[in-house]
Amino acid sequence: MMPNVAAFVLALAIVGLVVEMLRRKKLREKYAIWWLVVGIATLILAAFPQLLDVVARTVGIQLPSNLLFILSILMLLGVTLHLSWEISVVEDETRALAEEVAILRVQIENMTEQLPTAQKSRIENVEGHP
Amino acid sequence: MRTLESNRVLVIMPAWNEAACVGTTVAEVLALDEPYDVLVVNDGSTDQTAFEAAAAGAAVMNLPFNLGVGGAMRAGFKYADRLGYGQVIQVDADGQHDPRNIREVLNGLASADISIGARFADRGDYAVSGPRKWAMKLLAFVLSRLAKTPLTDVTSGFRAANRRAIAQYLDHYPAEYLGDTIDSLVVAIRSGLKVTQVPVEMRPRQGGTPSHHPIKAAVYLGRSFFALAFALTRKRSHLSLSIPATAGQK
Repeated sequence: MMPNVAAFVLALAIVGLVVEMLRRKKLREKYAIWWLVVGIATLILAAFPQLLDVVARTVGIQLPSNLLFILSILMLLGVTLHLSWEISVVEDETRALAEEVAILRVQIENMTEQLPTAQKSRIENVEGHP
Repeated sequence: MRTLESNRVLVIMPAWNEAACVGTTVAEVLALDEPYDVLVVNDGSTDQTAFEAAAAGAAVMNLPFNLGVGGAMRAGFKYADRLGYGQVIQVDADGQHDPRNIREVLNGLASADISIGARFADRGDYAVSGPRKWAMKLLAFVLSRLAKTPLTDVTSGFRAANRRAIAQYLDHYPAEYLGDTIDSLVVAIRSGLKVTQVPVEMRPRQGGTPSHHPIKAAVYLGRSFFALAFALTRKRSHLSLSIPATAGQK
């Protein structure tokens, strides 16, 4: 079987994009790792299409393309689960920060109330009170 | 930082768009014989809640966006902990909880870490029916078994906590739906805190309408099971149980 040039170019583009995003710090390493794995796997398969047949036969899948579908679905599942988990962590951290900010604001307001008037107006200007 | 004697009591009032009644409720609490401090946690309201609360004489904590009752309470507990309050009590801003019962609910802390002002305990005429009632019955049954003391109204928000309970809440106080009542209670009990209940009467809400829709009630039933199931499998907090019920001055 001939190497699939279109698939190879596509995979190369994906890997290139991920590496570039990493380089520009647009993508954190922990997210990039998934996409690098996919890109490199696609690169290998595009270069050696017969590899897919060999693997499919050894795991007992009749149609090699089905192996490809199963792997892609599993991989997308993994990515979405990872993102859900990460966003839960971020949400928790945001909550904690919101609580912290609210407490600090009450405390600042309490403190400014106890200050003499001249100082008070200066601080309120800095604070940007509505 | 202000230093407070640890016998001060903080009344925490989570409020989300409660401008219509928060002022009256705050004023009622401040008019009591006991000198309670009132903290209104303004949970990202878009109305005049913060203004009304401050005008009535409460300290107001403005959350930058809506966090839900659980999130608002957690912020309130953090505040109480930092300022060294010895006891806190949660009171609804909508006036359902009668401020005159605050003393009674706080008295429950004499023998426990968490004291719940309960609706069904032979007082008042609070009635629910259908799936919501079954859910409440079942939750009450399971939690009574866990706590080894009869609890009839585990979803009541009218509850008081001492320093030990505050410390446990800060470790685990889920912000999810029902997390502030069921989940937090289950984990508190499993972490070794003592719970008791005090019968109180609930007043009709002064604004808004309670949901009696059957589908909403069924959803409530499902979500409470969900919350309960997860709470029962969560890991307990490892408290330094050395914190005595009435800690010294901070």
